[in-house]
Amino acid sequence: MRRVVPRTAKMLGASAVAAALLLTGCTASGGGGGGGDQPPASQDEIDEALSTPTKLTFWTWVPDIQNEVDLFEEEYPEIDVEVVNVGQGAPHYQKIRTAIEAGEGAPDVVQMEYQYINSFALTESLLDLAPYGADELEGDYVDWVWNQVSKDGAVYGIPQDVGPMGNLYREDILAKAGITEAPATWEEYATAAEAVKSSTGSYITNFAPNQAGQVIGLLWQAGEKPFSYDGEQTVGVNVNSDRAKEVMAYWQDLVQRDLVSIDPDFTDQWYQGLASGKYAGWLTAAWGPVFLQGTAGETSGLWRAAELPQYAEGESVSGNWGGSSDAVLASTENPIAAYELAKWINNDKASTVKFATEQFLFPPQNDVLEDPAFVDQEAEFYGGQKVNQLFSEISDTVDSDFDWLPYMDYAYSSFEDSIGKAIAEKGDLSAGLDDWQELLTTYATDQGFTVE
Amino acid sequence: MTRSSAPAVRRPRHNATQRRQNRAAYLFVAPFMLIFIAMLVVPLFYSGYLSFFQDRLIGGSAFVGFQNYVRALTDQAFIDGVLRMGGFLLVQVPVMLALALFIALAVDSGRVRGGKYVRLLVFVPYAVPGVIAALMWGYLYGNDFGPIAQTIRAAGLDAPNLLSPDLILYSIMNVVTWGFVGYNMIIMYAALRSIPGELYEAAEIDGAGQFRIAWSIKIPAIRPAILLTVIFSIIGTFQLFAEPSLFDAIAPNAISDSYTPNYYAYNLAFVNQNINYAAAIAFILGIVIMIVSYVVQLSTQRRERLS
Repeated sequence: MRRVVPRTAKMLGASAVAAALLLTGCTASGGGGGGGDQPPASQDEIDEALSTPTKLTFWTWVPDIQNEVDLFEEEYPEIDVEVVNVGQGAPHYQKIRTAIEAGEGAPDVVQMEYQYINSFALTESLLDLAPYGADELEGDYVDWVWNQVSKDGAVYGIPQDVGPMGNLYREDILAKAGITEAPATWEEYATAAEAVKSSTGSYITNFAPNQAGQVIGLLWQAGEKPFSYDGEQTVGVNVNSDRAKEVMAYWQDLVQRDLVSIDPDFTDQWYQGLASGKYAGWLTAAWGPVFLQGTAGETSGLWRAAELPQYAEGESVSGNWGGSSDAVLASTENPIAAYELAKWINNDKASTVKFATEQFLFPPQNDVLEDPAFVDQEAEFYGGQKVNQLFSEISDTVDSDFDWLPYMDYAYSSFEDSIGKAIAEKGDLSAGLDDWQELLTTYATDQGFTVE
Repeated sequence: MTRSSAPAVRRPRHNATQRRQNRAAYLFVAPFMLIFIAMLVVPLFYSGYLSFFQDRLIGGSAFVGFQNYVRALTDQAFIDGVLRMGGFLLVQVPVMLALALFIALAVDSGRVRGGKYVRLLVFVPYAVPGVIAALMWGYLYGNDFGPIAQTIRAAGLDAPNLLSPDLILYSIMNVVTWGFVGYNMIIMYAALRSIPGELYEAAEIDGAGQFRIAWSIKIPAIRPAILLTVIFSIIGTFQLFAEPSLFDAIAPNAISDSYTPNYYAYNLAFVNQNINYAAAIAFILGIVIMIVSYVVQLSTQRRERLS
């Protein structure tokens, strides 16, 4: 906050803002051609590119990714990769957009979450990797994951990790409430929530009012497809469908009966809640188990993992929350080398196994998901349970078609001000969904999209 | 050389000296002016230019005249933000400045033991970067683990959630007050030091006590300094950004995207990718600040003239 303002410069109050805005203000010059018209890169061209001294820049937040990059550099000593962490989530994408608009300073390869691919493909900022050989990789990845990075024959990223959703819970707390097995259906889950609250005082889980990713994952599980984008000018927004309202009515009931807490997640309060037993569980993604170990270390051995509760008994369906790919920006001067970097670290077994077993990213590669070294790992934190195996199985149950809007930044931020607000106020979630729908369609129309 | 014969020669020489001096003066201000123009004036005009366009994700950029301004003036989110800051101004600024004035007077009176240290202690929060301050207060305000809530609970009372939508504005007021009391106090204190000591002697001879001296001599004497702090506070309030932006992470549903006008402009530009509209918002905000500051200044001047 600026309080020191020269008296004579009173009128310039606004200019500070204006100046800040300017940073991204340079009028867009178009992203450059990301079209799929170029002929496939030949093996000779690839060999030449990989044996020519080249410097690549790679923007990513993945911890210790330098290890995998080192492996790549060992394999191709002529390629020098600089790994830069410009922030995680929103700041990362803001900086990429700024660099693209500025026309210089953009990296060659970037970390790209699946839900943001459409928004960067829209501005033709992503290189279509299919002509470089990515179209041949389809069989190496789980189907639904491949659908996330490819559209109409174009491939916009190489999957690195995914987040099929499951249920992590405190076995000891549930046992105190007389529950010996993880609830199999949502109905059972609500009953269990009641028992847990009345006999232990804990909440069976936290339902974070700021976490669009989790809510979208739950809608994904429920078979909802709230977003669509045709790759051109038409978007579909349907977050307030009857089915979505049914799902939210279920949560509204738990929230209003004070059976689930509503703390914002990834905040100090929430970390504390996980460690202290305030929450007896966490509906999370495959990256959750290891994350939790780091957060609630003292409760080691007390946790178990299970699949998400189901809408009908005997079903096995899940959704996805999170995960990311590595994409190549269309503005790169070394597309072949950049593609090879994105591909190699996410496709070469030495690198992908390292990701899965050392950084604990949940793999999207079929061969890692079947690798005993990964699947048979026993997790002490989860009482020796083979958590990877469980999530590998869950991964097969994720609905394969799920699309995103080309403006998910706004979708997430407006979530907090509509449905998220309704959750925080323990209010009418159905009305909250209506508000969100309204915001998303208004934004689409303002930006010139046709809304279906 | 007589005076009458000289002028023709002397005047040019005089002018030459003056010109040289002028040139030196321009040289001295040139570095500032260059940076000022490059970093403030040019961006200002450029964002003014931007604010007349609309750049859409589909359809590209088009000149739209004052459409962004019209939209801003009817944008409930923006208006709410401005009004929220207006309310903030009316509550927080008087409290903060009264505190600052009280401390400045106390330290200046010389009756406070260790006045130097008090001065420093009160000023230290201003030296704490806003980001750090917001993080620290975020912890202090925490509902389950924060010391404030824990203390209240230990006393057997129901602890209010200081990060809830109803209370967060006051929580932010508290942080800003904490941070800027010292800054304003220093300005007032410096002004107090420049009051000639004879005035106090005269007052004491007339039998005035410390409170009488403060009320009748000190406060009227530092009026311009107080006005300065008022204007600074108005500008600072409308530009509130760091606190809401950091509290948004720990209280995401209490702080909306448009919580303060400045934060709104930022979100419009960087999250919604609507730079043109954000530029218009920033301009209108600048105009609002100018008007409010001017009105305050004018009204105090008139009061002075009346008295």
